[in-house]
Amino acid sequence: MPKVTYRQQDGAEQTIDVPVGWSLMEAAIQNNIAGIIAECGGGCACATCHVYVVDTARLPLIADMEGDMLECTAAERQPNSRLSCQIKMSADMDGLVVLIPARQT
Amino acid sequence: MTGKAPIVVIGAGQAGQQICDSLRRGGYEGHLMLIGDEASLPYQRPPLSKKFLTGTLAADRLLLRPASYYEQLKIDVHLNTRVVSIDRAECRLRLDSGESVAYSGLALATGTRIRAVNVAGAEQANIHYVRGLADGERLAAALANARRVAVIGGGFIGLEVAAIAREQGRDVVLIEALDRLMARAVAPQVSAFYADLHRGYGVDVLLNTGVSAIHNEGGEHTLVTSSAAEYTVDLIVAGIGVVPNSELAEQAGLECRNGIVVDDCARTHDPLIVAAGDCTWHMNGFLHREIRLESVQNAVDQAKAAAATLLGQPAVYCQVPWFWSDQYDVKLQIAGIGMPHDQAVVRGDPADKAFSVFYFRDGALVGVDSMNKPAEHMAARKLLSQGIPFRAAQAGDSSIDLMQVARGG
Repeated sequence: MPKVTYRQQDGAEQTIDVPVGWSLMEAAIQNNIAGIIAECGGGCACATCHVYVVDTARLPLIADMEGDMLECTAAERQPNSRLSCQIKMSADMDGLVVLIPARQT
Repeated sequence: MTGKAPIVVIGAGQAGQQICDSLRRGGYEGHLMLIGDEASLPYQRPPLSKKFLTGTLAADRLLLRPASYYEQLKIDVHLNTRVVSIDRAECRLRLDSGESVAYSGLALATGTRIRAVNVAGAEQANIHYVRGLADGERLAAALANARRVAVIGGGFIGLEVAAIAREQGRDVVLIEALDRLMARAVAPQVSAFYADLHRGYGVDVLLNTGVSAIHNEGGEHTLVTSSAAEYTVDLIVAGIGVVPNSELAEQAGLECRNGIVVDDCARTHDPLIVAAGDCTWHMNGFLHREIRLESVQNAVDQAKAAAATLLGQPAVYCQVPWFWSDQYDVKLQIAGIGMPHDQAVVRGDPADKAFSVFYFRDGALVGVDSMNKPAEHMAARKLLSQGIPFRAAQAGDSSIDLMQVARGG
């Protein structure tokens, strides 16, 4: 199963198996990763599952809806900002590293 | 805290889980008990009328937190358990097992239950409702085998189910008693947009129409409408509202009025008892009036206030209400409470399936409905929460960048 590493602001890391088809948000929630709130449960409606992706080259492009919501994140939007609920895991994303922002609300 | 009776949270839904979480994060180290009458750990309810019905989302993906979370946070979870009475004088609960449980603090997060269709033949019609996980599982299975579906009720739940059923290729008739859709939540302009949307996707939308009887024969159900028309279907789904679960509180002598009455810090008049979520009739610190809200936002934010009160640090619950609904390719996001209003300003063109409606009362912005305009929704939440002056003329001027205004620019 492909793996994803979630890195906290203090550098602490957790690497977990993410089933193909799951979102990075769901995998974070079901593995007790701190700092991903996901209040709307993955509906792209709240922008509280913001992450910075270390290598964005392997990700699908940002859809309009996600792009708009990224304008409204609590921590500053950067070029590698994504909503983890909108990133569906695929085999070629194995080894991805995401950084969790300092705040989500 | 050792040796002291536990804090008990009744109701293992979104609010109950959040109360437990906030108590632990707030430093409560004593015994913490979460009691729920369903079989599942706390889960997300919104997908039950949306993506879950397509059968592509397994139930364990709905869990708000995995089982290991409750172990880590030492939350003593009791599922399939009902509290039958509260003895406030003795600070004890009685469970359906007959067991008696003492409490040092009590949180009521009992939620709501569905309002049932009450017409001749309804009981035999095997009507589906959407409230719990078990309901969602039954409906998903039934939808997979249905050909013709009748949806009773044109509110969020009914419309979301109708959209899913149409996307699965079922024939759908939607029956709404009032003269427009989602009448309680949105303005006529938005109701009209959604009626067009659903009709465009092939739903037979009937307004001003009641169901007067249901005839059941050989797995088929014939609905007779108030205008004497007949619709024969093989599946009926109803979403005609919910009733707060306040009986337990009422029997314990707590004040109830369309929900469990609490103040703006989630307190009942018993200093040991708080309540949060869909079940509360509460003084809303943001709206400055009493209201009952059925939403994730209210469950989460009021639960935080309830936990703070139990921790002895009461803080006023004062957050902008927000809601969302997914129907076909349109995401509706609501900020604030736009009803009632005296002025509605449409920004954008409904024909583009991307627009917002801004609601004003006495010249002040009170709510915004956004269709496929997430940035405007988020800007609206900022404008409302920070009380930034915003006038109808600005709302209608598409050259004004709302987010810039919201950021105080």
